[in-house]
Amino acid sequence: MFGIIRTIWMTFLHLFHKNETVQYPEQKPYLSPRYRGRIVLTRDPSGEERCVACNLCAAACPVDCISLQKGERDGRWYPEFFQINFSRCIFCGFCEEACPTYAIQLTPDFEMAEYVRQNLVYEKEDLLISGPGKVPDYSFYNVSGLAIPGKGKGEAEHELAPVDTHSLMP
Amino acid sequence: MATIYIDGRAVEARNGENLLQACLEAGTDLPYFCWHPELGSVGACRQCAVKQFQNADDKRGRIVMACMTPATEGAIISVDDPEAKEFRGEVVEWLMTNHPHDCPVCEEGGECHLQDMTVMTGHRERRFKFDKRTHKNQDLGPLVKHEMNRCIACYRCVRFYRDYAGGEDLGVFAQHNNVYFGRYESGTLESTFSGNLVEVCPTGVFTDKPFSKVYSRKWDMRGAPSVCQHCSVGCNTILNERAGKVRRTLNRYNEDVNRYFLCDRGRYGNGFVNAPSRLRSAGYVMDGQMTPVPVAQALEQFAAFAKDGPIVGIGSGRASIESNYALRRFVGADNFSTGWAEPLHGAVTRAVDILRTTSARVMPLHEMESADCVLVLGEDVAATAPRLSLALFQTRRTACNKLADKNRLPHWLDAPVRTLGSDLKAPIHVVTPAPTDMDVSATQALRALPDDIARLGFAIANRIDGAAPAVSDLTEEETARATALADALLVAEKPVIVSGTQYASTALLDAAANIAAALVTQGKAAGLTLVLPEANSFGVATMGGLSLDAVCERAQAGQVGTLVVMEADLTRQLDASAFDTLVRSVRHLVVIDHSVTPTAERGELVVPATAFSECGGTMISMEGRAQRFLQVVYPEAPLQVSWRWVRDFAHASGHEGVLDWETLDQAVAATAAGVPAFARIVEAAPKADYELEGEHIRSQTHRVSGRTAIRANISVRDIPPPTSPDTPLKSDMEGTYTTDMPATLIPFYQVPGWNSVQSLNKFQQEIGGELRGGDVGVRVIGERGTAGYAGVAPARMALRENEVLLLPEYRAFGTGETSMWSDPIKARATEAVIRVGGDAPVARVSIQIGAEVFDVPAVNDPALPLGVALCPPHMVARSYEAPCWVTLRTISAEAAA
Ligand code: SF4
Ligand code: SF4
Ligand code: SF4
Ligand code: SF4
Ligand code: FES
Repeated sequence: MFGIIRTIWMTFLHLFHKNETVQYPEQKPYLSPRYRGRIVLTRDPSGEERCVACNLCAAACPVDCISLQKGERDGRWYPEFFQINFSRCIFCGFCEEACPTYAIQLTPDFEMAEYVRQNLVYEKEDLLISGPGKVPDYSFYNVSGLAIPGKGKGEAEHELAPVDTHSLMP
Repeated sequence: MATIYIDGRAVEARNGENLLQACLEAGTDLPYFCWHPELGSVGACRQCAVKQFQNADDKRGRIVMACMTPATEGAIISVDDPEAKEFRGEVVEWLMTNHPHDCPVCEEGGECHLQDMTVMTGHRERRFKFDKRTHKNQDLGPLVKHEMNRCIACYRCVRFYRDYAGGEDLGVFAQHNNVYFGRYESGTLESTFSGNLVEVCPTGVFTDKPFSKVYSRKWDMRGAPSVCQHCSVGCNTILNERAGKVRRTLNRYNEDVNRYFLCDRGRYGNGFVNAPSRLRSAGYVMDGQMTPVPVAQALEQFAAFAKDGPIVGIGSGRASIESNYALRRFVGADNFSTGWAEPLHGAVTRAVDILRTTSARVMPLHEMESADCVLVLGEDVAATAPRLSLALFQTRRTACNKLADKNRLPHWLDAPVRTLGSDLKAPIHVVTPAPTDMDVSATQALRALPDDIARLGFAIANRIDGAAPAVSDLTEEETARATALADALLVAEKPVIVSGTQYASTALLDAAANIAAALVTQGKAAGLTLVLPEANSFGVATMGGLSLDAVCERAQAGQVGTLVVMEADLTRQLDASAFDTLVRSVRHLVVIDHSVTPTAERGELVVPATAFSECGGTMISMEGRAQRFLQVVYPEAPLQVSWRWVRDFAHASGHEGVLDWETLDQAVAATAAGVPAFARIVEAAPKADYELEGEHIRSQTHRVSGRTAIRANISVRDIPPPTSPDTPLKSDMEGTYTTDMPATLIPFYQVPGWNSVQSLNKFQQEIGGELRGGDVGVRVIGERGTAGYAGVAPARMALRENEVLLLPEYRAFGTGETSMWSDPIKARATEAVIRVGGDAPVARVSIQIGAEVFDVPAVNDPALPLGVALCPPHMVARSYEAPCWVTLRTISAEAAA
């Protein structure tokens, strides 16, 4: 008996609380940058595609909705195609967590509804943005040992100049 | 057997093995890098450290390298000992100090032994704050990619390349922390076995270059057991597929045949299945124009053709035994041809006849490795059966091992055993018309013309056993050679005779068979091996049929209404005019093939067959081993396996009941029933309904990715995984997968914690021994036949004044048919050059073969007699009848500047 009265009383009190309802879409709620919405592919500080087509995001994805094919240009790996089937995506963020290059990132945009399911298949053109997203400075090739145009062997961070195999010096 | 104690657990160890092997066989995970089951131990990496205790009272123990310590009776070791564990962790940490941050962009990633071992030892955090040593890479040619930064200096690569495969252009440079594994300078790796570096190297230094262009992670690819189609050795392979495309070929362990290694033609020659040369729809030629037609119309067309007179079928050594049998059954045994022109037809038929009846043992490759004398008689094995030459080269290792036994050294102790035998040559005697790649490692290499080699062979047999046919008018030199070789064979316990159909000489084959038979009469455990032209030549020749010449005759007599050519390119057998006459004299030419060959281009009706990656079937290798290959790709209509086309043709032309097979199992059963010699092929692999623990075996890993996205661009709707009645493997990730699967069904090697090919250890009963899943293939020939001596020695070969004897110079890369539709092999093949005997310099020659004249680059080769020239078959003239007499004229003696 007491419980019922208490419940009615508490519900009554809510009349005087601040209203939480947002007048969406006229009014947009604040979503923090770490919100897990629409997935993007970012670029590194020099403006090159960050994704190296390592396939780790695809492997991490619990619903298997990412698919891509590795390509190679001047020693850089990149995805020839990169497909995300958003009609399957559960926005878990595992891909972002798996990505060793900060290429794939989830954004605070959730407005992706479509009338036709096929339109939820995003290609690389739809995913690739022009900036570095949430991680402004990182460039994978600055730490990896692969040579790419503008960064030869021994020129990455913490690397010595390549060994001269003809030298007899210890 | 010795009992050893691993962490208190008593396990049985084989005599003479080392602790690392014993641990792995006992199922203990002990990390290692430099030890390789086939290459032995060198103790270079220090990764396999364990604690060994003197006796039960010894509590301190000492750290030993498991791979360098024999597993002696009562040995007490601890793998879990904290000190040993820490030691191993430190070794990896130290290897990692210079390791690049490359895994995401490394082709090895996901199947990297270094990754596995790093995880296994528990190293996870980099403490090293200093700079990394770096290396420059080299361009090693079209097959192997080089990324030296990733090296951990285990020395496996050079040990395989130089010591195991006899290569010379890969070495180790610089010193201490800087050691560099590469060539003296950038350039294509010369060895025919360079592709094995990809699997031998435990890191991503050497990776598969063509695969990198169509790269996919190991966990994403479907696998299926397959059999190499590029020569008669029949190496076992694994094909990997993703999104309907074959991505790469890997070695599949077969303890009797290829074991751990493949040749580069087998590894890189399968690109033809994706090549633009593939035929993808049925076509009908009307007014000289090929129009794609629907299957129903093609069949109607065939029915119309069938009314125009007798049907003759041409089979092929590159099609499965089931397809060949289907065709033979449809057209009738009298109307079936093997697809070989004379003299090859006669030679292959004779060779297979010998193999089936010889009193010597037809040895599998691995058995030949322990031969103590090998006589190679008129066959360039390194080109026609590359993996066989690698096996023969191991006879040298066997000789080293004998020395090791004398000095009581275990065989796996690689460096000392090798040093002991450093002066040894392989006990191989090569007698060929032209220099071969085996000469360098051989004890001696003799030169003679094909018929003279046959004479020599007959003389040797006669020396060994007087009952063997004698040779008249031997010269003194011939007698001396024969005596020396006979003596060499007679002191051996396990002599092996190797020959083949390269020179299409039955006399040569008889000579080889006679030597082997003579050795058997002397109580030797003699072996005989005859190399055949194609992967399934054994099967086709066993079934038998008309030669192409006989077909041509019949055609000219107007007795052929429709000629059905199945997976064969007649232009490789018949010269242009003979082929033309044949095509003109048959009323209709129907071609079933997977690629557009010059023959298919002339066909009136052409239908697309599946390549070996898209269907199942049985191939019979040169040792009579029937092996099943299974499909890895699920092809789209109208592609179907050749025997289904033959069946459909049969039905369309009103021959219901002749051929009512629906599934591969029915095809196999019918073939086994129809050809008594093939009764055992049903045992070659489990049937399509095979289940292990109540489930089918899966052909994908359980972590395959992108299933709901990979074809989402076509349609977002999911479709069920493809199925096929022809394979026991399920196409997707659902099903069972264990290390006890039947050996013939292993789709890939992977066990938890072991993602690289090193996981193979877990699939073997003992390291380097039989697979846990039992036999790989069945032999369709008996243990030993009873055939006596045969043949007569030919007359000495006389060279002619105005003509040149043109001999075929086979090449590992270039003379193969299907492999040359694969880009990597095309890139690896060098230009066709005629090698002209004698000292006179030449740079270009014009050469008349049959009616055609060719203008080709040439070089002179003083090792060849004057009046002889070598020509790579199919590279100059498409067809090649070997050997033949041609007119040859020097156009220029010096290369244009
Ligand atoms: S994990 Fe990152 S780098 Fe790797 S494929 Fe995915 S997006 Fe590209
Ligand atoms: S070799 Fe192995 S550990 Fe090294 S970068 Fe490649 S995948 Fe990573
Ligand atoms: S290149 Fe590979 S096989 Fe050779 S030493 Fe380095 S890690 Fe070992
Ligand atoms: S030796 Fe022959 S069967 Fe073996 S891999 Fe090479 S081509 Fe294939
Ligand atoms: S595996 Fe034992 S030291 Fe390398």
